[in-house]
Amino acid sequence: MKLFKHHNNVLPGFGPTLGFTVFYLSVIVLIPLSALVFKTAGLSWGDFISTVTAPRVLASYKVTFGSAMIAAVINSIFGVLVAWVLVRYRFPGRRIADALVDLPFALPTAVAGITLATIYSPNGWVGQFLEPLGIKVAFTPVGITLAMTFIGLPFVVRTVQPVIEEIEVELEEAAVCLGASRWQTMKRVIFPMLLPSILTGFALSFARAVGEYGSIIFIAGNMPMVSEITPLLIITKLEQFDYQGATAIACVMLLTSFLMLLVINLLQKWSRRYAD
Amino acid sequence: MSAATYTSRKSGDRAQTEPPLVRWLLIAIALIFLTLFLLLPLAAVFSQAFEKGLSVYLEALREPDTLSSIKLTLITAAVTVPLNLFFGVTAAWAIAKFTFPGKNLLITLIDLPFSVSPVISGLIYVLIFGLQGWLGPWLQEHDIKIVFAVPGIILATLFVTFPFVARELIPLMEAQGKEEEEAALVLGASGLQTFLRVTLPNIKWGIIYGVILCNARAMGEFGAVSVVSGHIRGMTNTVPLHVEILYNEYNYTAAFAVASLLAFLALITLVIKSVAEWKVRQQLGND
Repeated sequence: MKLFKHHNNVLPGFGPTLGFTVFYLSVIVLIPLSALVFKTAGLSWGDFISTVTAPRVLASYKVTFGSAMIAAVINSIFGVLVAWVLVRYRFPGRRIADALVDLPFALPTAVAGITLATIYSPNGWVGQFLEPLGIKVAFTPVGITLAMTFIGLPFVVRTVQPVIEEIEVELEEAAVCLGASRWQTMKRVIFPMLLPSILTGFALSFARAVGEYGSIIFIAGNMPMVSEITPLLIITKLEQFDYQGATAIACVMLLTSFLMLLVINLLQKWSRRYAD
Repeated sequence: MSAATYTSRKSGDRAQTEPPLVRWLLIAIALIFLTLFLLLPLAAVFSQAFEKGLSVYLEALREPDTLSSIKLTLITAAVTVPLNLFFGVTAAWAIAKFTFPGKNLLITLIDLPFSVSPVISGLIYVLIFGLQGWLGPWLQEHDIKIVFAVPGIILATLFVTFPFVARELIPLMEAQGKEEEEAALVLGASGLQTFLRVTLPNIKWGIIYGVILCNARAMGEFGAVSVVSGHIRGMTNTVPLHVEILYNEYNYTAAFAVASLLAFLALITLVIKSVAEWKVRQQLGND
């Protein structure tokens, strides 16, 4: 440890704090996660492939990733709009609206799940107006997208908001002086500056939605092949004591998470380049 | 067009150059969206909970199964939050105050639990401590229960709440630098004195912010805990799991009554979080 120490750093405690950090990280996170990889490695390649590409599993990927994609698109559009309104405009209730954005972070997912299922059921607060229009939300894939939109919203708003705050007014003024209309300034000056953060928010919201379980299962209906998400399928396999099946599917999801994490890190590097 | 934007420029304080009509339209869309997606669900929890009156509400909360789930949730939070707080402060000290190779990798690894599905966060402990797991047979021989018992719930909660304190403190302590600590040490303070008298007051609100979010997740976690709990009524049910059981038994009023406790916790969390955020901003602005 002495080797790594910065030569003119007089602060104490580097060795013990770093040591404990690595130890605790290994015990709580790294070793348990590696158990998943080792368990999967115990499967033969053929077994693994046939498990993770079974029709019911493929259908669950389609539902999960498809709904997460739609939810992330909805969140990107409305998230940017909400962030813009919160930073740029002054109106009564702005502070409350700002604090409310974090509700999906703070509200337990099971509570969100039963509440959304109740509001959007055919005789619920919102569902009763959608029912005559022939729109069914609860117990269909639409409900899955709705729940994913709910839990993903803060990610876009909270990623884009600080970037809007830091836009220098001079840039917009310069654009106006050079004869740009407001729409042109928006499109050519502001949007390119926000794009990296919008994409980061999109990726964060997508990643969260793909892994989400609690807020979805109550509203999804959970019909195999139609409205069954992959995390639920893992639990179903576990309940049938099909540990190998559960592990193989979980491993595919874990790899997807790592891939998303890599993409998010690259996007964040890209946004920081614009911030400086 | 540009003439019109100029006139509205003069009336606005910053380069707020959208015409008033567009501005009000955008505000209206944002507020309708937030109301529909956030405010309505929140209001629905309380409305459903009190639908049959206060006495039914209190009755549901006094159920022995409800009380035991509250007890288990409090125990879980009381164990996991201090552990992750200690880890968060330790990790932030090492990462923010020193330079060493592999620092960025370490930060990414600390954030890892946030990108793993809650279901997987529970599954990994079943794979290690479950009957078919690595340590399963040995644990059974010695009659130690981890999965489908309280220790499993605590482990899964530790995993999902792992990054909260650390990820809040690392950027805060990096922004504050280490000059103040160095000055204290030069003036003869011990390492512990420096931490308690100089660092701790500086990161106080950051700690509160991290702890409150960590606690909200610890008390509200559903997916990970659901996998390791075994759902034994009155034994291994946390509050969110109890809500699920009541709901699935079509006991909606009771389900929402118990859920309203968690919604209330979420509201308190949001208030404290806003205050802490404001204090941290203020502190950084003063430096």
